Parts: sequence; structure tokens; C-alpha cells
Amino acid sequence: MTEGAGAARQGTESAREGHGIVIAGAGHAGGAAAAALRQFGYKGSITLVGDEPIPPYQRPPLSKAWLKGEATAESLALRPERFYTQQNIQTRLATTVAAIDRATHQVHLSDGTAIAYEKLILALGARPRRLALPGFNLPGVLELRTAADADRLKAAIHPGTKIAIIGGGYIGLEAAASARALGAEAFVLEREPRLLARVASEPLSAFFHAAHTAHGVAIHVNTQVVGLKGEGKVEAVLLADGTELPCDAALVGVGAIPNEEIAAAAGLECRHGVVVDAQARTADPDIFAIGDLTQRPLSLYNRTGRLESVPNALEQARQAAACITGRPAPSPEIPWFWSDQYDIKLQIAGLPFDVARLVIRGDPATGAFAVFHLDAEGHVQCVESVNTPAEFMAGRLLIQKRKVIDAAALADQTTNLKELAA
Amino acid sequence: MPKITFIEYNGTAHTVEVEEGLSVMEGAVNNGVPGIDADCGGACACATCHVYVDAAWEAKTGEKNESEAAMISFANGVEPNSRLSCQIKVTADLDGLVVRMPAGQH
Repeated sequence: MTEGAGAARQGTESAREGHGIVIAGAGHAGGAAAAALRQFGYKGSITLVGDEPIPPYQRPPLSKAWLKGEATAESLALRPERFYTQQNIQTRLATTVAAIDRATHQVHLSDGTAIAYEKLILALGARPRRLALPGFNLPGVLELRTAADADRLKAAIHPGTKIAIIGGGYIGLEAAASARALGAEAFVLEREPRLLARVASEPLSAFFHAAHTAHGVAIHVNTQVVGLKGEGKVEAVLLADGTELPCDAALVGVGAIPNEEIAAAAGLECRHGVVVDAQARTADPDIFAIGDLTQRPLSLYNRTGRLESVPNALEQARQAAACITGRPAPSPEIPWFWSDQYDIKLQIAGLPFDVARLVIRGDPATGAFAVFHLDAEGHVQCVESVNTPAEFMAGRLLIQKRKVIDAAALADQTTNLKELAA
Repeated sequence: MPKITFIEYNGTAHTVEVEEGLSVMEGAVNNGVPGIDADCGGACACATCHVYVDAAWEAKTGEKNESEAAMISFANGVEPNSRLSCQIKVTADLDGLVVRMPAGQH
């Protein structure tokens, strides 16, 4: 905490001469960046601009606790409203950043005003991918990204209603679990041969397929949706083979695309995400980008990628805030992710790149197991843990240590993980 | 409202009032107390809200559940009085609670 204090003071002095920091985007990443800047001692002005009408909040509960009515607006909020006043963070909500003028160091807002910046942090997030299908615009065809989206979905879920879920990814599966908890029917339509095809291993897909089936969710894989139909609102999903599946609402969760347009228009490099370095800097030294928006280095895996997760948003928020305040760059974190469905707690650490073999520890039939992904040399690249938090934490350590691991020892549940990771 | 004192690794103390029913972690985050990251927002999924509970308060803060115990056993600098502060609910009984923070959460 003390080692960066001198540098932080320097950083604030240079910033005082300028116009402070503008954060474009008031989601989890933007909110975290504002808080981290103050925590790191930044004293200049901070303006947080966001298109939603409410201050930054946590998105993960939207498909879970919020949908089930177990969360309040206060518990959803990233920080209480008073935090922004106390920390002297200006918020410009229900306002969009329309353009970046790099030459004059200004952003132009949707309300016609402009704000000058010394440093700009882009935290514009991503938006749900839309399907160009007939009937997609019918009332009752929903997506889930914002609190407003979640409220529309919540209004559609009642005991006895039938929810079609298009896309067997995490959002869809979490929503299916919440729908079942609320007494609604749900069925999932997935184009690929298995659930979570892009984001999980086959054993994990098989486990979730069985779990949802056991909870009464019908899973249709290898299933192509060709349209939605209904009179005045959605009443059925149309499949490529001609089948019509009746529903009262449809949730589409088929991935997200980064909101990179204004960055691209300003001449910043975008490659399915705004390109940043390991400190969340773009090629413009005064512009940073963080969160779902970015194409970022994945230093452990010698490649770049776009990660859609809260830990990614927070890591990059800290990187940007550290860089701006002249603190030492935080050491790279291992990407991780979590999902809660029914009584299943999934935690994933690392990314499944260069995987040569999978090692399963524990029995999926018991509902508690972990899938370790090893490369050809036997380094752990990734761990997917189901109701096994110790395996998750051990996996994180193993990934970090780059130790060559004996697969048989790892699979053996009598092997002490702490000793293995030591 | 119960008062909780958070002591940073460098010794800086922050005493804040926390509404009953919130977690000790939320008390820190809502008041901008540095040193508790709480990346998962209280889902007991990340172990970045690690604190050491002062000896006098160990009994009143209750027992770790299995999941918390498993997570925290791998955290950096774990001690017998280590807790995940998202798993400690604030009650009137905890008025005066003192927790210390580790060198880092990552």
C-alpha cells in the first residue's frame, strides 16, 4: 500500500493541471475503475458516463438472485449512491458517449454537451448478439444484459408459463434454472451438438445437460431456430425441421459483441474488441479500455483474447487505475469465472488453450467433481470445478506455478491438493 | 448501527458503521475501505475478501462453512483466524468488531 504513494502523488499533480478522467461506460468495469482510482489516491475529477439510468451494478445476479426476487436494488448496486458523492465522482447517467475527439481530448455526449479529458477510460461493454430471424422483434422476445432486461424477463416468468431459451450458454442456463425455481417451464434450444459448446469441456456440458434435464428443462441440441411467430406477441419458436414449439416468452442468449464503434471511429485499433496492452492502454497513451470491450493480452497463454467476466473487468480496472496513478503494474491474474445453477456452484480458472488431455477428479454422478485441462507437457491450463471449491483454488495455484503434474496423482482423490500444488 | 474497524496491512485503521444484515465485506466496499477486493460480490467464489478476525471476536463471528473453509485454505497467508468477510453477517452482537487485512487479495 505504501510503495506507490510517491508515484501516486506525482500522478495526481500532473492530472490536476488537466481535465481529469472521463470513464465512458458505467457498468461493472467503469464503476470499479472510478473506485480504484480514488483508492489509489487519484485526486483529480472523475466523470462516469453511462447509458443506463442507474449507477453501476452487478450483472451476475440478474440471471440468478435478481430474477428470483432474492436481491434488492441496494444489494445489486456496486456501491451505494452516497459513495459517488462521498468520493467526489460525478455521474452522468442515461447519457451515451457519442464520439471521441482525440485531437482536442474531448468526448461528445448524446445530450449535445462535451467533456474534456486528460485520460479517458473506455468501459463500454458488449451488447447481446441479435439474430436476424423473422419474428425476432415480437414482444416477448427478450435478451438479458441490463437490469431493465432482467425486469422484463422477470415479468414473463410465472408458475405455469413456458419460456423458450435460445442458446445453451451460461446466461440461458442460469435463466432456465431461475425459471424452474419460480415454477415456470423452460426449454433450451442449442445449435451446437452440446450445451456450453464454446465455453466448457465435454464432461461439463454433459453434466449440465443431465442436471437441467433432471430439473425438468427440456434440452434440444443440434437444433436450428429459424424464426419466432405469434399474434401481437411471441407464441412459438420455429425450428429448421418445421417443428413449432409453443412458448409464452423467448430469451435469446447467443453471445455478445463489443461496443467498439466509437473507438473504431476515433481510429483506435479494434479486432473484435479494442486492442489494449497488459496495462489496459490503447495505442493512444491517454486512452485506456477495460472489460468486455477489450481484446487483451492473455499473458499466461501467449495470445490475446476477449474475456466476458467480472474478474476480467476488475483486473483491467485496477490495471488502468494503477497506470494512471503511477503505481506499479499489478501482476497478471489468472482469468476466472463462476456460475450458479440450482445447487451447482461452478468455478472455472484459466483458459482451455493448448489442451492435450482432460483429467477428471471426482465422479460427476455425485455432483462434485473437477475437470483439469493439461497441455502436452502436463501443465495445468484450466480447471472447471463443480461444487469443489478446493479443486478450483488448487487449480488456480497449479496454473500459476506452471508445474508439470502427474495426471494419475491429480485424478486420485486421496492425493492432497495442497501438497500437489506446493 | 454496529461499528466495524478494518485495519489495513500497513496499519491504517478505518472504522465504519455497517447496517445489520449486510456482510462485513459489504461494509468495507460500501464505505470505500481499501484492501478488500470482493471480486465475486459475495458469492463465496473468489477468496478476495480475506480478513483476520481479532481473537476476541472469533466466537461471535461463527464457524466457517465447508465451502468457505475449502476456499480460504488456499488463500495467501491463511491463519486459523482467517475468514472470508462476505460470509460474516453483521449483527448487533458484532458492534466493535475488529478485522485485519492481509498484504494483498490477489
